[in-house]
Amino acid sequence: MAGFLGSVRRRITPQGLRDAQQDAAADPVVRLLSDALSADRVRIDGAHRSLHGHDASVFDGGVSGPVCYPTSTEEVQAIMRIAKEHKRNIVPRGAGTGLAGGAIPLGAPIVVAVTKMNRILEVDVENRVAWVEPGVINLDLTKHLQPLGFHFAPDPSSQQVCTIGGNVANNSGGPHCLAYGVTNSHVLAIEVVLPSGDAVMLGGVDAEPAGLDLRGAFIGSEGTLGIATRVCVRLTPNPPAVKTLLLSFASIGDAASTVSSIIADGIVPAALEVMDQRITQAVENYVQAGYPTDAGAVLLAEVDGLAESIEVDAERIAQIGREQGALEVRVAADEAERAALWKGRKTAFGAVAQIAPDYYLHDTVVPRSALADVLEKVYEIAERHDLTVVNVFHAGDGNLHPLLAFDARKEGVLDRVHAAGAEILRVCLDAGGVLSGEHGIGLEKQKFMDEFFTDDDLEHQNRLRQSFDPGCRTNPGKVIPTGHSCADIAALKRVSNEVWV
Amino acid sequence: MTATRALEVNDPALLSFAEEVGERDSGLVAVAGGRTRWGVGGALDPAARVLTAPTGIVDYVPDEMTVRVRAGTTVAELHAALAEQGQRTGLPERGGTVGGAVAVGENSMFVLGRGRVREAVLQVRYVSDQGRIITGGGPTVKNVTGFDIPRLMVGALGTLGCLAEFILRTNPIPALTRWLVSDNVDPFAILDTVLQPGAILWDGRQTWVQLEGHPPGVEAEQRRLEAIGSFTETKGPPETPTHRWSLKPSELADAAQFGDQPWLASIGVGTVWASQPQPHRPLDPGVQALTDRVSEQFDPANRLNPGRRPGVSNPTGGS
Ligand SMILES: Cc1cc2nc3c(=O)[nH]c(=O)nc-3n(C[C@H](O)[C@H](O)[C@H](O)COP(=O)(O)OP(=O)(O)OC[C@H]3O[C@@H](n4cnc5c(N)ncnc54)[C@H](O)[C@@H]3O)c2cc1C
Repeated sequence: MAGFLGSVRRRITPQGLRDAQQDAAADPVVRLLSDALSADRVRIDGAHRSLHGHDASVFDGGVSGPVCYPTSTEEVQAIMRIAKEHKRNIVPRGAGTGLAGGAIPLGAPIVVAVTKMNRILEVDVENRVAWVEPGVINLDLTKHLQPLGFHFAPDPSSQQVCTIGGNVANNSGGPHCLAYGVTNSHVLAIEVVLPSGDAVMLGGVDAEPAGLDLRGAFIGSEGTLGIATRVCVRLTPNPPAVKTLLLSFASIGDAASTVSSIIADGIVPAALEVMDQRITQAVENYVQAGYPTDAGAVLLAEVDGLAESIEVDAERIAQIGREQGALEVRVAADEAERAALWKGRKTAFGAVAQIAPDYYLHDTVVPRSALADVLEKVYEIAERHDLTVVNVFHAGDGNLHPLLAFDARKEGVLDRVHAAGAEILRVCLDAGGVLSGEHGIGLEKQKFMDEFFTDDDLEHQNRLRQSFDPGCRTNPGKVIPTGHSCADIAALKRVSNEVWV
Repeated sequence: MTATRALEVNDPALLSFAEEVGERDSGLVAVAGGRTRWGVGGALDPAARVLTAPTGIVDYVPDEMTVRVRAGTTVAELHAALAEQGQRTGLPERGGTVGGAVAVGENSMFVLGRGRVREAVLQVRYVSDQGRIITGGGPTVKNVTGFDIPRLMVGALGTLGCLAEFILRTNPIPALTRWLVSDNVDPFAILDTVLQPGAILWDGRQTWVQLEGHPPGVEAEQRRLEAIGSFTETKGPPETPTHRWSLKPSELADAAQFGDQPWLASIGVGTVWASQPQPHRPLDPGVQALTDRVSEQFDPANRLNPGRRPGVSNPTGGS
């Protein structure tokens, strides 16, 4: 993905790739995998392994082992059994849009890319659920459901490419999760292939599935507990009416206090998104969405539901906005205007390229009442480190996305980016916030985990991990910091020294 | 780490609860809430020392829509305090404690409108098998920091840890709540007519619908309902028989399975309150094995709420 610190990624030389390919061809595990799938769905060529060496995060890529494209649960089971038998690690992978390094292979593991498992298996309107394979793309599912009057509520900005399996693994959110809830609220059951190779169905369609909520424990586990091979999602009825308001303010502080006043008023809008002036200007340049470029910040507020009810909420939001000093309150007149505003919001990250060639997108959550204060500190930190920061974020649930834009070719800039990022994270934690709202921990935030959890807390997270994956072979080295997580590190060293350089 | 961020729990009420639970060699312990669902998950080992969880609302910030509450607080006390600020949670109100409601995990009768118990818990603190206070989840309404320990605690019957304190999500109480009853509507047609009912209950003869929201919205929903049946206003839901069933929403149509004694079904949800217990549904062996491994990890000595087994329950009663 352009802009994601491409220039700092590890460069693998063509000769290095050829050597690795020869090693791979001689690897008996590759033959077993090819027998279990088919030779064309087990790829060892350099291009594949290089492509699967990284995700959309800023991290140096790893080196992937064989890349497998299973097409059924049975094939995933076969891969897991081979991996177990031969003590190889595996990394599940969807579209690779993760921003925390979750899908990056460490120690040349077998990469299991579920992108060919992309069938919508059943739409069960009576129970208001759909059964899908994990490689189904988020937006494809919603488009498929649209004519039936339903949609899949979680709508990450990456929804045109990210997979339902990735959404489950990261418990992904999106602008419309404010009222509707994140992925966890929309997944009722998951078929999981465990590291043992056994397949289990976690959760169910009945009202209160018996036993522990292992479905809930699996969601957000970032590929460390097994591979999701079938997902039962809840269908959300399309709202009969929608109203989108655009409020502009002199400062981002005013926009932030409007957000907390709206929440405090007992209104639960479908979405509340804020963009600061710099990103608004970039977006306008990029897609001409109709945002005012002279305002300090804009707030996109959407209410949906019954026409009769949203009228009341829209009126109240406009009133609160005016009380907080809104320069302009505009209601999108028609679907075209509404679509343009959303297009602007959802392409914000694409528009950043106009500001600087590279960016690092952060993700934290703070209490909504702390938004204005924290934002002020974020700008101050960026300035002190001589970096450009833009803010475009899910304000309604306090989910900040400070984006540091820079030119990686400049000497020493990366150090400043990392220092500023760590400071921003600590300001958020000090304000009563958390490490991540939707991108996850992956590789990115492991080192901060012990600033949020105690050793005992982390040890308990590892207990959950161990009960699913006693050998620590599924996506090792992620989420739980090294030193707290099972045999991760030892396992990584062992494997990387064996066959895959 | 900075001074403003104390990770270690220093609430004396929680610390003394942890001491009471004690270390691994401190014998069997159980926690009693309101004893409203005492039988769920099997009989408690009589050798267990029975404790009560700490009580009290610790911190309530209405503007943030979250509340920090100790596990022994009754849901009634919590909801009374929240109602003063026009808020509530998704926990069921049937006389028990907050900790009991989370440990059992059964949803409120109004789950369509209020959400599931598992969605209400943002952060959990519990005392481990080793007498340590563990925190899972976090204080904000959105959070993916680490594994989702709060979800694991909902419905675990206290077998993975003794629940001590929660941060719960609160929701605004809608401006208007109205109950309607009909004896000629097709209960299964209501979900296609009303956008967001709070509850749809059917006993084979009559259908009750709870509508909530802004008055103009409720009026409009009522008019749409009156196009598919005749409705009269009523005070609230009917009494619920004692046994709780869990079915797929589509399985409710086959009412013969509930027996010829009174029953009440929650349309669109799949819960049934029946006069006889639901036929036993064993866990899938693979899920049972995984469940056993989780139990073994969190409580190898099997000392927390011994005798209870999540999923082996044949629960009775309650709404
Ligand atoms: C421009 C952009 C905008 C974004 N906007 C948002 C946003 O608004 N909200 C948001 O929440 N996220 C957002 N993201 C992050 C990302 O898109 C989500 O996390 C997404 O859900 C990842 O899906 P994926 O298919 O790309 O997964 P991948 O990146 O391939 O994998 C992500 C993690 O899931 C695991 N995984 C994948 N498939 C499976 C499976 N079948 N079983 C088990 N584990 C699996 C992987 O091992 C990895 O740890 C954005 C990313 C980009 C690049």
